[in-house]
Amino acid sequence: MKYTKRLDGRKFDEMRPMSAQVGVVKNAVGSARFQIGKTVAIAAVYGPKDLFPKFLQKPHGAVLRCNYNMMAFSGSGERVRPGANRRSKEISMVIQKSFEPVLDLSEFPKAVVDVYIELIQTDAGTRCAGICAASLALADAGFDMKDLVCAISCGLVGDQVVVDLDKTEEDFEGGAVDIPIAVLPRTGEITLLQLDGEISKADLAKAIDHGKEACKKIYELQQAALRQKYAQEARA
Amino acid sequence: MSKLLFEERQVVIPGDALAEGMDFLPGKGAFREGEHIISSRVGLLNISGRILNVMPLSGRYVPRRDDIVIGYVRDMSYSSWFVDVGYAYEASLSMKDATADFIERGSSLSDYFAVGEVILTRISNVTKEGNIDLTMKGPGLRKLSGGKIVEVTASKVPRVVGKQGSMISLIKDKTGCTLFVGQNGRIWIRGPSPEAEKLASDAIQLIDEKAHTSGLTERVGVFLEKHSLEIKQ
Repeated sequence: MKYTKRLDGRKFDEMRPMSAQVGVVKNAVGSARFQIGKTVAIAAVYGPKDLFPKFLQKPHGAVLRCNYNMMAFSGSGERVRPGANRRSKEISMVIQKSFEPVLDLSEFPKAVVDVYIELIQTDAGTRCAGICAASLALADAGFDMKDLVCAISCGLVGDQVVVDLDKTEEDFEGGAVDIPIAVLPRTGEITLLQLDGEISKADLAKAIDHGKEACKKIYELQQAALRQKYAQEARA
Repeated sequence: MSKLLFEERQVVIPGDALAEGMDFLPGKGAFREGEHIISSRVGLLNISGRILNVMPLSGRYVPRRDDIVIGYVRDMSYSSWFVDVGYAYEASLSMKDATADFIERGSSLSDYFAVGEVILTRISNVTKEGNIDLTMKGPGLRKLSGGKIVEVTASKVPRVVGKQGSMISLIKDKTGCTLFVGQNGRIWIRGPSPEAEKLASDAIQLIDEKAHTSGLTERVGVFLEKHSLEIKQ
């Protein structure tokens, strides 16, 4: 089915407006808020601390434990049942995996670092917003990271390759393919790539290229948000 | 030709290229990738000779040898105490480092330090595996009873103390409180009255919030002056 114009009037490679802020949860060791369009994610990092039960401990470094959660009121009006479910467990796992190549926790054997990602408002692209927020929160918490992680959804709506799908596009009646990707901006390496649906090889390559371009913009925003918080402290 | 891409004491974030070329070496919080030296954490760039270090600005307290810290006694074993010093792991205080007394076999360790008590202690050793040894041997190290404890981020402790202790002596003078500042960001306050203790902890909170501003000592001085008058009235 033809998709000639985006439902909210954006260009096909244009993202929704974004904002980011570091240090929003005072109790946490590190925290951040990341907003893209109507999707808002808050991430808070706690630890490193002792990990129990003991069999989960890793002698070579701390375990990263992510917890993705959509709040009960975050959706389109349908109440999201609170607590872990099949979907949120999978997303927690892929978020965790997307950080493993950059995060160095070898300084803290047998410990755990907890990352809580709460979605207070959702309009598709939640795992990507969650990754962007978690990346800032982990940096804010002072952990060693080779790079920040940027994530965006790209894909196919009808016959058109687009970036940053919103909920109406994901539900497009002519069919949509949603591909969340997470990118390390400096090297362009991909740490998360998921795909539901059918897409041609050429379109997939094009979608990923668009996604990588979009991640550069996210990276700029993330850098600015981090610098803004710390520039003041350094001036003293 | 090697080139620095950031200045000394500038804020850097993970992924920033600090320098180009092979003349510089990566130190703490940095690594080499091809021609570049990349920062791996949020912090301030510190250049010592050819070595580029990134000094952390945030995060939990990382214990170092000879730090004086305030710890909570969390557990006891038959010959040592386990103390929470605000790090990922509990530190251990062994019997021989805890007291010079002769402890008779079978006597109860809680007579010295009981679970839940607070101690001012010194870190005698830190291993790479995260084992932290404590000692009570040193001037002023003791059990802290009474008073209250406030916490600040460990990286802001130097601001609470001030240059040559100027800030902390200012608070002591104006409030009449006794204060101990642990390197782990815990500050113990005991004063002549609850109001005085409250004033001292408010002042510390002010420092925590405004740590980045200049003229902080004067600002805290004005704050204490203003509120100490209110207490007297």
